[in-house]
Amino acid sequence: MSMREVYADNNATTMTAPEVFESMQPFFCDLYGNPSSMHQFGGQVKKHIDRAREQVAALLGAHSAEIIFTSCGTESDNAAIRGVLAATPERKHIITSRVEHPAVKSVFQYLGHNGYRVSELSVDRQGKIDLDELREVLSDATALVSLMWANNETGVIFPVEQACEMAHAVGAAFHCDAVQAAGKIPIDLERIPIDLLSISGHKLHAPKGIGGLYVRKGTHFTAYLMGGHQEGGRRAGTENVASIVGLGRACELAREGIEAENTAVRQLRDRLEGGLLERAIDASVNGDTVNRLPNTTNISFKYIEGESILILLSEAGIAASSGSACTSGSLEPSHVLRAMGVPFTRVHGSVRFSLSRYTTEQDVDYIIETMLRVERRLREISPFGRDELPPGDR
Amino acid sequence: MWDYTDKVKEHFMNPRNVGDMPDADAVGEAGSLACGDQMKLMLKIDAKGMITDAKFQTFGCGSAVASASALTEMIIGKPLDEAATITNRDIADFLGGLPAEKMHCSVMGHEALEAAIQNYRGVSAEEAAEGKKQIVCECFGVTADEIERVARDNALRKIEDVTNYTKAGGGCRQCHDRIQEILDRLAPSDEPAAPTSAPVKLTNIQKMKLIEQTFEKEIRPMLKADGGDIELIDVEGDRVVVSLRGMCSSCASSSFTLKKYIEPKLREFVSPDLYIEEVKP
Repeated sequence: MSMREVYADNNATTMTAPEVFESMQPFFCDLYGNPSSMHQFGGQVKKHIDRAREQVAALLGAHSAEIIFTSCGTESDNAAIRGVLAATPERKHIITSRVEHPAVKSVFQYLGHNGYRVSELSVDRQGKIDLDELREVLSDATALVSLMWANNETGVIFPVEQACEMAHAVGAAFHCDAVQAAGKIPIDLERIPIDLLSISGHKLHAPKGIGGLYVRKGTHFTAYLMGGHQEGGRRAGTENVASIVGLGRACELAREGIEAENTAVRQLRDRLEGGLLERAIDASVNGDTVNRLPNTTNISFKYIEGESILILLSEAGIAASSGSACTSGSLEPSHVLRAMGVPFTRVHGSVRFSLSRYTTEQDVDYIIETMLRVERRLREISPFGRDELPPGDR
Repeated sequence: MWDYTDKVKEHFMNPRNVGDMPDADAVGEAGSLACGDQMKLMLKIDAKGMITDAKFQTFGCGSAVASASALTEMIIGKPLDEAATITNRDIADFLGGLPAEKMHCSVMGHEALEAAIQNYRGVSAEEAAEGKKQIVCECFGVTADEIERVARDNALRKIEDVTNYTKAGGGCRQCHDRIQEILDRLAPSDEPAAPTSAPVKLTNIQKMKLIEQTFEKEIRPMLKADGGDIELIDVEGDRVVVSLRGMCSSCASSSFTLKKYIEPKLREFVSPDLYIEEVKP
């Protein structure tokens, strides 16, 4: 009997959808022309890129001319932030939050070295920002506010609509890292006047190595990669045609499936979270449970350590992730959970499960049973909280 | 995930001698919950001073559990005096090696063993108080003896390594002077005093200028992003004394920033022998 495999780390990356993979295949050996070429080989390929651009735009409520294809979410974030600042050199103040992805956080740190004043908004115990704090730091010197739509570790959703409005009130641009939000919750840029927005293919069942950047028509934006005239001169470089087509198809699937994401996937997440909270010895959710992505739960198990949990889950065929120091690649635990003021006793034992439309009820039940076993097993090894173990286990 | 040897994995998956021992003859604890790992070691010792049984409980990562499990296997059936000679390096070697960042797990095992032996030998209240005076790193409760032994057993030369192995100096950093003294005492020949080691000898004024420039270009903007700042207080030879301001002065990870980020930058841009020390404003 082969071991059961359950992939519950979809905020790290997702499986490429079979429909997406299929849509990409003609673009390797048959439709391999350069879309910039004048001949038929290229011309027919260009049509597919145009179509993909429309598919991406449709998911976001945008116009296709506002979509730039990039190589990944990180490039989109970098290009957005640098591109908008290069176009507004007179303003030297920028704002972000303490819980951003490194693709934004690191750029802000770099800019902080190089002539910009940086404000980082704090978050409360629920992982929420305070719009009053944003209002206080905004001024007519502010060039850009960059906030994530939803947090990768906790799934907590930021009030981007209000934040965008406040940024615009002082004439600042608003960038949104929507890498985790896109495909999981509805995004309508026709309604919310965000200036720049980043998405990543591999978080929504397209392959790795493809991203998208939305730049609202009329936004001052200076190209970051220079070279040919691709992407309307806003991102030079021969198009990654197959992946662009794949991203388009993935966005189309995401648009069709967004309802299921917020019903079926949400139900599975709630079943998982509910099952663990109810039956675990000591588990608690990190982050606001009201405004949250439907697929994500971040749970801290007290008195046991994240790396140990992940190894045992992995042995049982389950993929998840943790904010513990020992899994971060450095000696420091998750900057997100620390910014939220989660006590160290709980940061070390935090586990993130992130589901997808491919997750089944059987998968969720298997995670619950396995995780409870893992918790019990590690609690038996742990010197802490032994009086909380059920009788007979002490 | 970390690159563990098969033996580490095996000891983590099937830890030996886990559990409680209510009638233990000796109990030793090391580590802390807040730091991410803690271990309790319990021993059964017969009249001849032989360790007849050992049990452990560990909160921590894979290598912390494996180190504890390995330790129990190594000491059961050994006379106490012989067990007392086991070093953290022996534990790591027994497991086929540990990643550098995980060496503190083997040190934790060794500390728990040492604590258990002290407990068995009945360190009196006065002696315990005496021992407390010897603590160098108040944040993690690491003693001078511990640092000296780990540094000697593992041939450590830098404060950073001592922190990797013992966590000492990883908190408020007040103890870095004393750790450096211990390291100097162990390996005086390693002192970068010999002028031959520095191809271009900078004057103190040149050094200060370069350090200020490096702060301005490389370091200050990053600290300011977090609401902090750094001030150069003094330079004596290779010793750079700084003071952290604003948010940094109260930040628990500031010593991490100093050692992992600021010191390497100074070494890169000013002089490879510099080391940094913090004074509170």
